[in-house]
Amino acid sequence: MTEIIILIPLLPLLGFLILGIGFRTIPKKWTTLIGPGTILLSFILSLITFINTLSNHQIFIFSNQHISTSAHQHIYTSSHYLFPWIHIGPLDIPFAFLVDPLSCLMLLIVTGVGFIIHVYSVGYMKDDPGFNRFFAYMNLFVFSMLLLVLGANYPIMFIGWEGVGLCSYLLIGFWFKNQEFNNAAKKAFIMNRIGDLGFLLGMFLIFTTFNTLSFEQVFAQAKSMPMGDATILAITLLLFVGAVGKSAQIPLYTWLPDAMAGPTPVSALIHAATMVTAGVYMIARSNILYVLAPTTMAVIGITGLATALFAASIAIFQNDIKKILAYSTISQLGYMFVGLGVGAFTGAMFHLTTHAFFKALLFLGAGSVIHAMGGEQDIRNMGGLRNKLPKTWWTFLIGTIAIAGIPPLSGFFSKDEILLHLFGHSGPMWVIAVTGSLMTAFYMFRLLYLTFFRNFRGTDEQLHHLHESPPVMTTPLIVLAMLAAVGGLLNIPEIFGGGSWLSDFLAPVFADAAAIAVPPVLMSPATEWLLMGMTLAGVGVMVFLAWNRYVKQQPQLLPDSARRPFPVKLISKKYYIDELYDLIISKPVLRMSRFLHEVVELRLIDRMVNGVGNMVVWTGNTVRFIQTGNVGFYMFIMILGIILILFLNILI
Amino acid sequence: MLTVILILLPLLLSLIIIAIRREKAIRQFALAGSLIEFGVAVAAFIQYKTSCHCNLLFTADWLSTLGVSLKFGMDGISLLMVMLTTFLVPVIILASFRHSYHRPAAFYSLILLMEMALTGVFVSFDGLVFYIFWELALIPAYFICAVWGGNDRIRITFKFFIYTFTGSLFMLVALLYLYFKTPLPHSFDFQWLYAATLTPVEQTWIFGAFFLAFAIKIPIFPLHTWQPDTYSGAPAAGSMLLAGIMLKMGIYGMIRWMIPVCHEAVQQYASVAIILAITGIVYASVIAIRQSDMKRLVAYSSIAHVGLIAAGVFALTPNAMEGAVIQMVSHGINIVGLFIVIDIIEQRTGTRTIGSLGGIAVKAPRLAIVFMIILLGSIALPLTNGFIGEFLLLLGLFEYSMVFAAIAGLTIIFSAVYMLWMYQRTMLGKTNETTEKISDLSWSEMAVFVPLVIMIIWIGLFPGLFLDVALPDVMQVLNYIK
Amino acid sequence: MITLTSIPIHYYLVFCSVLFSIGVVGVLIKRNALVILMSIELMINSINLLLAAFSAYNNDPAGQIFVFFIMVVAAAEVAIGLAIVVLIYRTTHSIDINVLNKLKW
Repeated sequence: MTEIIILIPLLPLLGFLILGIGFRTIPKKWTTLIGPGTILLSFILSLITFINTLSNHQIFIFSNQHISTSAHQHIYTSSHYLFPWIHIGPLDIPFAFLVDPLSCLMLLIVTGVGFIIHVYSVGYMKDDPGFNRFFAYMNLFVFSMLLLVLGANYPIMFIGWEGVGLCSYLLIGFWFKNQEFNNAAKKAFIMNRIGDLGFLLGMFLIFTTFNTLSFEQVFAQAKSMPMGDATILAITLLLFVGAVGKSAQIPLYTWLPDAMAGPTPVSALIHAATMVTAGVYMIARSNILYVLAPTTMAVIGITGLATALFAASIAIFQNDIKKILAYSTISQLGYMFVGLGVGAFTGAMFHLTTHAFFKALLFLGAGSVIHAMGGEQDIRNMGGLRNKLPKTWWTFLIGTIAIAGIPPLSGFFSKDEILLHLFGHSGPMWVIAVTGSLMTAFYMFRLLYLTFFRNFRGTDEQLHHLHESPPVMTTPLIVLAMLAAVGGLLNIPEIFGGGSWLSDFLAPVFADAAAIAVPPVLMSPATEWLLMGMTLAGVGVMVFLAWNRYVKQQPQLLPDSARRPFPVKLISKKYYIDELYDLIISKPVLRMSRFLHEVVELRLIDRMVNGVGNMVVWTGNTVRFIQTGNVGFYMFIMILGIILILFLNILI
Repeated sequence: MLTVILILLPLLLSLIIIAIRREKAIRQFALAGSLIEFGVAVAAFIQYKTSCHCNLLFTADWLSTLGVSLKFGMDGISLLMVMLTTFLVPVIILASFRHSYHRPAAFYSLILLMEMALTGVFVSFDGLVFYIFWELALIPAYFICAVWGGNDRIRITFKFFIYTFTGSLFMLVALLYLYFKTPLPHSFDFQWLYAATLTPVEQTWIFGAFFLAFAIKIPIFPLHTWQPDTYSGAPAAGSMLLAGIMLKMGIYGMIRWMIPVCHEAVQQYASVAIILAITGIVYASVIAIRQSDMKRLVAYSSIAHVGLIAAGVFALTPNAMEGAVIQMVSHGINIVGLFIVIDIIEQRTGTRTIGSLGGIAVKAPRLAIVFMIILLGSIALPLTNGFIGEFLLLLGLFEYSMVFAAIAGLTIIFSAVYMLWMYQRTMLGKTNETTEKISDLSWSEMAVFVPLVIMIIWIGLFPGLFLDVALPDVMQVLNYIK
Repeated sequence: MITLTSIPIHYYLVFCSVLFSIGVVGVLIKRNALVILMSIELMINSINLLLAAFSAYNNDPAGQIFVFFIMVVAAAEVAIGLAIVVLIYRTTHSIDINVLNKLKW
């Protein structure tokens, strides 16, 4: 088994090495094979692992004393020890992998969706001169992501954590001749790094508290900690800072919309389906720590809720097809954090899964549209694409319905699970969350209508250029559309007569947390039906409103420069958050840099140092005038000196 | 015996090389010689790991009436430093091949002399001999910078020399004072120096003098102002020798005898030293953000990085000390790599001003890849060498104080800011008239980088070998604390 | 028999001090290089006398040996000193030491 587990991340790494080293010599045909091929193999191996985990409720213990497995607790868990990495006395960080239902689920998402997007990229990047480089980066990304989900301790997770950040940087700035893109890439990396510092400090605190960094040992010890322990609170908050950076939550979200500078498959894989959900995965992984820190849970819930609403409101007024999807991603991630915050770990993971399907689908669909439009991304210049791009249209429609939360597509079930939990937790929060989901329905249908309905608004040249994407791109769309449609089956709640399969599957991971946490409020089926009905009615209204505004009437599309009423302008300018950050962070740091260099460094410290030297020179310059050259004077001084010495001898 | 060969071989080579006339022969001789030296170091490493833990000692009487003996040996820490020195010198020599310096014989001879002095510092087990090598290293460094340096080199190297020399004199005074406090008969042997009995006041004074000497060399804020000028004014090889190896002498000195000798004062003043070091980290990082000269930017980044090492040394925890040792090696490798990249860019475009470059990755993808890997090591990405060091240093610092670790941790953000900024402005974007004609790395130039890149990944992936070598001796140093 | 020791030691001390002071004053106030050299000789000789006196009083011949040494050194010194004075006179046509202030600053 260990061999298989090792191969899962190793194959993409191998792909990266081959493509990276021979990036100028390997012919495209081979790359087409190697790039997606390694991921496909990984996916197959992940499936085997998954089936294994599912079928054998038995323990795999590989090698040595480094990982102790107590039998009944880890019935679904297998640890795989590879080699010692950092080992200094009590600090023992082995390179080890942990396979349990949670990482299995992530494995499948990462390799499965990853493979689909790799296939799509073959078509999308066909004419790009950086074809090989692209697949090398993508393979490296999948490798890093797999390390992240497989790591058996925090540092290994951190390797993947930073690795995906690097790949994100490389891929956002993939077209590196454009400095705007490079700025976006740099911004993404730096904002992630801010979060990473939190993660790092969280790890340190875990080590100083538990004297170990391995998941199993930390969680085993944490179980016996008291509720609301201050150290746990600090640990969870610090780790959460990491999650905020990686998963683009308030206040570290501004990099994600900019990250859309990268090629669209990158946006689909990294900035929607996988990397940005790493924060959710990490918190779900550390669930025991989090349930012990109710304050952190509240912080997570509020942050998630605020982000969900905030990002959704921005999305309404955006006109760039990818930016809308980016803000929608931020908003959906917010929902996942809300789920985590109220202890609905399964719900969050479920939403993560379905979101991976439909958001990847939407991005790839958007990519197909952009491809057809010859690089155009502004939905004001689209319209009427329904007939020209039938496959894209149908799949995009499915994705939109799924994200809007209309049954029976996947998004409905996963979002509903979170919302129900939230209602049990707090009524007002539920209202806010539902408002956000109504906004989601509105902006998604606005996007759909503006892109695919009414008349084409672009140039004649674009109209002429319009074409459906090749099968290599549409097939992934269809596969993802099917997944987005039926993904909800994974965890159909009992109220619909479902078996909640995912909950059962993940139950062992969250078992300890469930035992500690406050049990969820049991709701009568009537309440559940009512809540669902209210949400659905709202969504229906939103879909209709959007229809009314953008299809029935001629849509009023203002150019960027048009005057808008202040609230609208505020939102369409993204609340000026970028400008604010620039004003309160970037500018002061630059000014500080200048000040320190020009004033403190050169005028103060260096001048003091040179001052010491200059003083020596000055002293010499002054004292040398004593050397008059007059022999008589010298002798006089000499005798004076002798007399002085004699006197001092007598006196002292 | 290997230890003595390690010192004598470069000395011998540097003397022979003066007699050679043809430039090509000089280069080949220097490279071959330094590779043999590296071979000897590897042999010593193997011997140390396998056969004995005898520290490879060599002792001979020298000034026996004064208690000075030629006592050379290597424990784990010095072994790593010697490995670093002997590994980097061939790389530096190979990297210098692209330049045709005037009077090449003198140039390569001085590099080898420097290697001898540096090796001597790391293997000396006698205080006075240590001091002699310490000062000896300054002489070739001075001449390399003053003869082959850039603009304003005389003023810059003069400042560098006087500054570091002043610091060294404090060390000499402290050393002599210490000598008279050693048990009778007085001796400069490290073991005797460790055994010196000192009152708290004396410890404080000796600590102050040592700290001054080492802090200038490292350099620790606010004693760093010689460094950016010197690095940017020195020829490429000079910057590499100074930043890659020579500054490690300061940190090595701290670990080797400042901590054991004045352990009480070290404990007492550790927080002061850490505050200085951390101030330096943030201060230098912030300044680095706005530097327009690539070399100067790397120089300031180096202040930040070594500041973290120094802070880790004073945290006095096993993790931090191990981190300091491994980071000394990593920092040497990374900064030499960065300087070589900058040197190549400067040689091909005639400038190293960040603003006038751009788009080099278009024309020179191999250079861009290598630069990126070294840069990642430098900003401590996991699975590169920089991460191991910074992780351990920050962890150790965290064990000492959470607040200090949090502030020092800012370096991982800032380093990404200035390094990526530099990378973006030089390598990415469109080409301009300066960078249009730049050619990619030739295979011989790749040969310079391959060992560096291998080491970056090796240490990042399997640091165990290096950590294990140093661990017993690190623990021994820390045993003096308590 | 009148020996060296029949005169009390403080006579020698006072006499030598006076002699020495005359020498010092001569060095200080005279501007003629030759006179200064002679004044120096005077000081040396006062010390020689004192050494001889103490040597006799303490029955220690070392003092007298010292005197011989000093005389030899003084002779060498005078030889060099006079040579310098002659050279100075040749270049400046003066042996006034106030003229000799070229070696300043």
